Parts: sequence; structure tokens; C-alpha cells
Amino acid sequence: MLNREGRPAEAGKARAAGQHTFTGNRALQIEEALIFETGRTDVTGVDLDEPPAFANRLGGLERTAPIGLPGLTEPETMRHYVRLSQKNYGIDTGPFPLGSCTMKHNPRLNEKMARLPGFADIHPLQPTSTVEGALELIAELSRWLVALTGMPAIAMTPKAGAHGELTGMMAIKAALAARGEKRSVVIVPESAHGTNPATAALLGYRVEPVPARKDGTVDVEEVKKRLSPEVAAIMLTNPNTCGLFERDVVAIAEAVHAAGAYFYADGANFNAIVGKVRPGDLGVDAMHINLHKTFSTPHGGGGPGAGPVALSAALAPFAPLPHVVADASGVRLVEHAEEAGAGAAPFGRICAFHGQMGMFVRALAYMLSHGADGMRQASEDAVLSANYLRASLADLMSQPFGDRFCMHEALFDDRWLEGTGITTLDFAKAMIDEGFHPMTVYFPLVVRGAMLIEPTESESKASLDLMIAAMRDLAMAAKRGDKARFTGAPAHAPRRRLDETRAARQPVLRWTKPAPQNLAAE
Amino acid sequence: MRYLPLTPEDRAEMLARIGVPDIDALFADIPADKRLRAPLDLPRRQSELAVERTLRRMADKNVPAGSVPFFVGCGAYKHHVPATVDHLIQRSEFLTAYTPYQPEISQGTLQTLFEFQTQVAMLTGMEVANASMYDGSTAAAEAVLMAHRLTKRRKALLSGNLHPHYRDTIATVARLAEDEIVALAPAPAGGEDLIGRIDDSVSCVVVQTPDFYGRLHDLAPIAEKAHAAGALLIAVVTEVVSLGLVRPPGDMGADIVVAEGQSIGNPLSFGGPYVGLFATRQKFVRQMPGRLAGETIDAEGRRGYVLTLATREQHIRREKATSNICTNSGLCALAFTIHLTLLGEAGLKRLARLNHASAIALADALGQIPGVTVLNDTFFNEFTIRVPGSAASVIDALAAKGVLGGVPVSRLEPARKELGDLIVVAATEVNTDEDRAAYVAVLREVLGC
Repeated sequence: MLNREGRPAEAGKARAAGQHTFTGNRALQIEEALIFETGRTDVTGVDLDEPPAFANRLGGLERTAPIGLPGLTEPETMRHYVRLSQKNYGIDTGPFPLGSCTMKHNPRLNEKMARLPGFADIHPLQPTSTVEGALELIAELSRWLVALTGMPAIAMTPKAGAHGELTGMMAIKAALAARGEKRSVVIVPESAHGTNPATAALLGYRVEPVPARKDGTVDVEEVKKRLSPEVAAIMLTNPNTCGLFERDVVAIAEAVHAAGAYFYADGANFNAIVGKVRPGDLGVDAMHINLHKTFSTPHGGGGPGAGPVALSAALAPFAPLPHVVADASGVRLVEHAEEAGAGAAPFGRICAFHGQMGMFVRALAYMLSHGADGMRQASEDAVLSANYLRASLADLMSQPFGDRFCMHEALFDDRWLEGTGITTLDFAKAMIDEGFHPMTVYFPLVVRGAMLIEPTESESKASLDLMIAAMRDLAMAAKRGDKARFTGAPAHAPRRRLDETRAARQPVLRWTKPAPQNLAAE
Repeated sequence: MRYLPLTPEDRAEMLARIGVPDIDALFADIPADKRLRAPLDLPRRQSELAVERTLRRMADKNVPAGSVPFFVGCGAYKHHVPATVDHLIQRSEFLTAYTPYQPEISQGTLQTLFEFQTQVAMLTGMEVANASMYDGSTAAAEAVLMAHRLTKRRKALLSGNLHPHYRDTIATVARLAEDEIVALAPAPAGGEDLIGRIDDSVSCVVVQTPDFYGRLHDLAPIAEKAHAAGALLIAVVTEVVSLGLVRPPGDMGADIVVAEGQSIGNPLSFGGPYVGLFATRQKFVRQMPGRLAGETIDAEGRRGYVLTLATREQHIRREKATSNICTNSGLCALAFTIHLTLLGEAGLKRLARLNHASAIALADALGQIPGVTVLNDTFFNEFTIRVPGSAASVIDALAAKGVLGGVPVSRLEPARKELGDLIVVAATEVNTDEDRAAYVAVLREVLGC
């Protein structure tokens, strides 16, 4: 069945000669209708036997109206989703230098291990005597994270980075309450991820922004000006979202602690410093670790993530339930406060069950493969690649904080595009035509027209060189005034630029059955 | 190292281009006295074969659900997932993509999310659904926060038969966000007076159906009372397969439906990653948390999809966002969508009937055992039995004889001694007649009758 709506509204008018096809397809790029347009409610791709007749026990609550869910047979399902997959760009497709997101190689050994029945086919509430290997794995991953962070405890259950932030800030709020204090302010740099202020606000804190100084880092003196007995914590990303290491970090931690507040570190960029420095040695009290960034579990088109939180000795007693305890007597699961032991005061529970086990297996497979030496090398290669790219583009593109070294990501602004009529977004879209996933654009918000480029350690030098050559060619074209190459981009992707304003003004968030007159008109 | 493409020669050339003598020069901003001079005291790199050996040794210590007669539920369920699902979600273009910020090269993810949102809305009987949450429990906590925003009230009323983990998750967020929670006592045998507790101070009523003990609830009278008091009804579903057979919450007046979607497409995986479903009414959409995919057109007029209504979200609104959520459960949502596409309405309904029939057969057989009582007059694929003595001891004794027979309620409610003799038992399409017979025989043996 052809997709009527998927084809050009007026074929041939908007598109270059020679591109028009009867189907709307372009060879390997095949237009694909929605399952609601091709499937039927009486079709199924799963062979199930009908159970023997029974008298139901639903108490009169059985469903009576049809659901409307379409079904496809197995071959149709396979083809539908394979075709859709071919409209996506992944790390396995090519360079994916999305700053702050750490799109590194996802080893398939991780996937194979997570699918072992001993990990994938165990229930979170089956007797603990039947899941000793699972508890051992959690304890082992925890041990690695303790060693890498230099912090004594890890709360393993947070489901993603933002969930980890919430968990860490909850531990801070609980620790303050245990001291009989209720503070109202959280200091957050202007360049922070949006999740930081959103998390603080969720817990009722007022967010006090702190600006960066000219070199892109936070000035300890600016922090000190904002510290008071009302400040509960500072939330600082390090390396920060400009790709720079906060070199006043130790002084900031000391000032924050002197004011009786806690230091939350956003660990989104931990991948730059694994094996080079331990956050615990810098005075951090809580830091989430995105297993899907630093430790290579796949991003999956937007999750699932995993966001374990490392806690300092001051916060460790407040770690949420459940948790795995490893001591001389072995490994055991603590599910209730009364089992937690002397001195512990868990602040509660943040989700059902024990956290993202599937991600734990993948992350540990990655750690074991790399070892401590390999992970240190990975951090060094990530920083080296980012600086190589920065140094190779610095003569053409402008850097917001001057020509200085960066950590794992290189940041440019759009001053170099002034007068060309080409925007950061145009430049990003032109990269798509060249076969690259664009960098992060317009983030951090404090840098105008930001382009945040994170090549990661997974690119070969040949790959980096090609990306640099392509970006240099684009930059020179922009400066020459070759506007068409940018404002019309992408020309070669499965779709041209999409109308986001229309999507937001007249939201269509689900398929609905077309009105009958439309069918008649067809 | 097999994951690192740069060679020593590459590194030297790159350092030269940058103009530094060695790699440490690039780490100069890190305080010198804090820098690690050598790799940490952890194992060194290992071959794929060696890593596989280590992890297999751990996996082999666990008892997989598929290897024994298995009846454990309580918010996570053992179902058969077709091989097609796992193959498709491992396609590189799905597995290794990011959140679809560049829609022109993310139409695969975006269209599947649009399909997912539509399927979830249909299944729950609601108007709109988001692109997924972490899991059912966190979705429930977000639903309560959304109800507070919509009603400008800050007190949630929770049914006592809500999954205890969900109750604790909601209560933890509420306590630390300084909101109020009223949680009723569990009523495993039914008879809870939720309606009598609703007044105009309540922002929302949270009810699970089938509930933690397996009972089904007619939500319509609760919705009516809630709406009359200006409160919202939040329906929680932890076994989404039930929606193939049971009246959906949307048809009974629910304002927000949250569900755990694990049962469709996703393995047990010791509790995660799972996929939270979140559906509501169109008029509430701007207060909804999480990502949303929406339909639009491209510059040539072709239909396409984008992430939309981002002005609700943290990366735009920061401290004024509806939620702090960023990453969700994209790949688990994809597995859900593919499995549900394979099932279709006909397949889902049949799967639901198989589950219900499996549970009826088991409940009837267990109820025949002297001393064992089935508490439920209604259930879908899960029910509660009372056994003589300690339920936890019975479950351990069953496990020792190779049957994983359910969850002792005391595992989740240790403080409530009156629930110490209750077991929640789940039966699904994977259970055979032999599994059920083994359960009955071993339970008789354990109880000595």
C-alpha cells in the first residue's frame, strides 16, 4: 500500500527535476506509512492458541468497545521497522559529535551480556537466594564506581541522569533536615544543563544563578558573594558545559562547605576525566554518573539511561532504598530502613525495584573490557580529539573564550558567521548533507549561536580528518557567501527542514481516523 | 585496546598539531595536587572472551524465570516476547541514535514515537500520551505533581491497594517537595472506602486496577466523586496486558493514566530498564511531563515528525519546566510498539484471554488445597492467597524445591504483620499445565497436606 500522505503535496514543483518518482521513494529511502494506515485490527503477527472457554472473573468490568489497535504480520512488521530505522542516523552510521551527549561507540559485547538469561530473565522480586549473581554484579559495578569517583557510596537506583540529580539533591535536603536545617536557595551557574534548575525547583528551592567570568569558568569570588545560611547547595558541572575544567573547583568546594552547604556535581561530563582525577578528591558531595554517556550503554533514540549517584561520607547515610551492601559477610540486599544498619537514615524510595539492571550489565562489561588503564586512555583520547578538532578549526571559526585548551568538547560561537546571513542552525543542517550528525547547537545558552562539538574517543584520525576537512570547506563556503548550500540544507536527508512552528501551534500528537469525506474525495 | 582507534603515531601527530608536548598539558586546568599519576587500583583491560567468562559466572548464579515453574508478578511480569522485537531494537540506527533533536535524520525514531503515543492513547482510552517515562512508578509520581499543578492543591489521596513501591516513590517525592500524601491502609480482601475520603482539599486520587492484590476496580464512581470535589483521578496499571480484556481507565473517567509497559516487548531484567506509559486528556497536554512527538510537514510539504511543545521542558524552561525529565525510555518504548504492532488488537485480546484463563486455572487449583484461601472475587492474571503461617517461609520453601511461587506481601510491607500470611501469585501465557501442577504439588508438600 502506498503512502498517500507521505508523498510531496505537489510533486515536481518544490523538488529538483529528476528526483520525482511515482512512489515518492528514492531507492533505499522508502516512504513508510503509519501502522494505523496499513494494519488491520483483525491481523496478528503472533500465533497464539485460543484458551479453552472460561467464566471470567472480571466482575463485570470487561472491555466492550473496540480498541482500534492495528496488527501486521511478521514480515510486514519487519519491513516497516527496518525501513523506519533507515531514516535514522546512529553512532554506527558515522561521526556523531553531539556536545554534552557523549555519543561514543556502543560495544555489542555489552548487548550480548545483558541478554544472558541469568540477567535478562530474572524478576526483581524473586527470592534473593535465586539472584545472588545479580546482587554480586551490582556490588561489583558499585565497587568500580567508588574507585573511579573516590567517593564512598553509590546510590544505584536512579533511572537516568536527571533522576540521579533529583536523588542527589534529595539526599542533600534530607541531610540538612537531619541537622535541623531548612535552607531555601540552590546556586546554579548560568551555563548549566536545564535539568539542574528544574531539579532544584522541583524540591522547592529558589535558583540563584551565578555568571561565568570571561574565560568561561565560575569565579569562586562570585560564588562566595551568593553564599549565605540560606544556601543548601551549589550544582556545578565539571568539566562544565563549555567544555572547560572549573579550575577553582577546590576553592569553590571549600567555600560551599564553610557555609554549611553541599556540593552537587553534574557528572554528565565525567567521561573527560575518568582515571585522571577523582571527584571525591575535589570536595564533591554528590554526583550522578550517566552510564549511557561515560560507560557506553546505548542511547537508544532517547533512553533508557541509568544515573547512579556517588555520595560523600556526609551524604551516604541518606542513600535511598533499596541498596546492595557488600561487607565481610558477603553481599546482601537492603530493602527497608530497619535493615539498613546503624547510622543509616535512608530518605525513601525513588522508583520501584532495584534500578536499571540491564544498563548495569552493559556498563560493567565496558569497564571490565577497558580496565582502569583503558578508561584513562579513553578520557585522554576524548580530550585529545576535541583539542585536535578545535585547533584545526580555530583559524576559521570563533571561540567564545579565546584560543585555549578544552576538555572533551570544543565550543565555538557564531561571531564568525556575522554578515553571512547564515546561522548556526544552517551550518548544522549543512553538516547533515555532508554525512555527519551535527554538533549540539544553541547550548550552552550563555554563548550566542553556540556549536558544541564532542568527537569522543571513538573516532579514528582519518575520520576526524575528514570531518575537519568537511567543516573547513563549509566554513569557507559560508564566508564566501554560498548561502544556498546552507539555508536550503539538508537537501539529501529523508526529509527537508521540518516546520516546528506548525507542530507546536496546531499539535497533532496521535493518529486519528480521517474524516469520511476525505476518503470520498480520494 | 579494541574500542580505541587512535594509534600512538596518531596521538603524536595530533599533539603536534595542537602544539603541546604531551597529553598532560591538556589537563593543566586540573589542580596538580589532585591529578592521578597512574591508573587506579582496578583490573587492567581484558579480552572479550575474558569479560564474557567473568559475567557468565555471575549470570549462572541466578535462576532465570524461564528455567522453572514461575509465578512472580507484582508490577513486573514474565511474558513471551517474539524474536522479531529484539532483532529490530538492535538495529544500529535505533540502538545507537540519540534523542531526535535533528528531525531530518531521525524520522525513524520520531515516527515510531508517534505510533507509540497513539497506541498508548488507544489502549488506555485516553486522548493523548507522551513518548514514555522511566517506568510506571516514576510516571505515577510525575502524575501526582501534574495534578498539583492543574488543581493548585498539594494533597494526594492514595488507595491502600496501590503497589507499595509506587506509594513509597510518590511519598518520597511528596515529602521532599513538601506536598502532602494521604495513603490508606491496604485492603487485600476489598472494601476500601476511598470515595468517603475525597474532599475539596484533595488534588488527586490515585487508584491502581488491577490493584496490587489483583482486584479490579470500577473507577467510574471514584471519578464522579473526585470531579465533584474538583480533584483529578489518576489510574495506575502495572499489568498493561490487562487492557486487552478489561475496561480501560479512560472509559471510566480517569484524567491521567500511568502504566508500567514492561509486559509488552521488554524482558524482566531484574526491574529495569522498563517503560512508563503516561496518557491524559488533550486539555491537560501543556502540563504533561516528558517528550512529545508531533506531526508536521517539511519544506516540500511532505508529512514528517518532530519533538514538539518543548516549551514545557527543562532544556527550554529550566526552573519553570513541568518536570526535570530529559532522557526517557526510548528503546523500551520502541520494543513496546513493535510487540504491540505484531499482536494487533486481535492478538492482544487473545493474549489477555490466555493470561486470564491461566490465572483462573491456577487460582481454582490452589484454592483446593486445604488451608489455602484465594482472597479475590475479581482478578485478571494475578491474585492473592492466604496460607497457614509465614508466607515468606512458604515462598522460600517453594524456591528450595524449584518453584518460584509468587511474592510474599511481607517482602514489601514488613511492618504490617497482619499481611504476613499473604502471597501475591501471577500466572501468564508462559505457564503450562505442568507448571501449575508442579506448583500445586510442591505447595501441598510444603504445607504438609
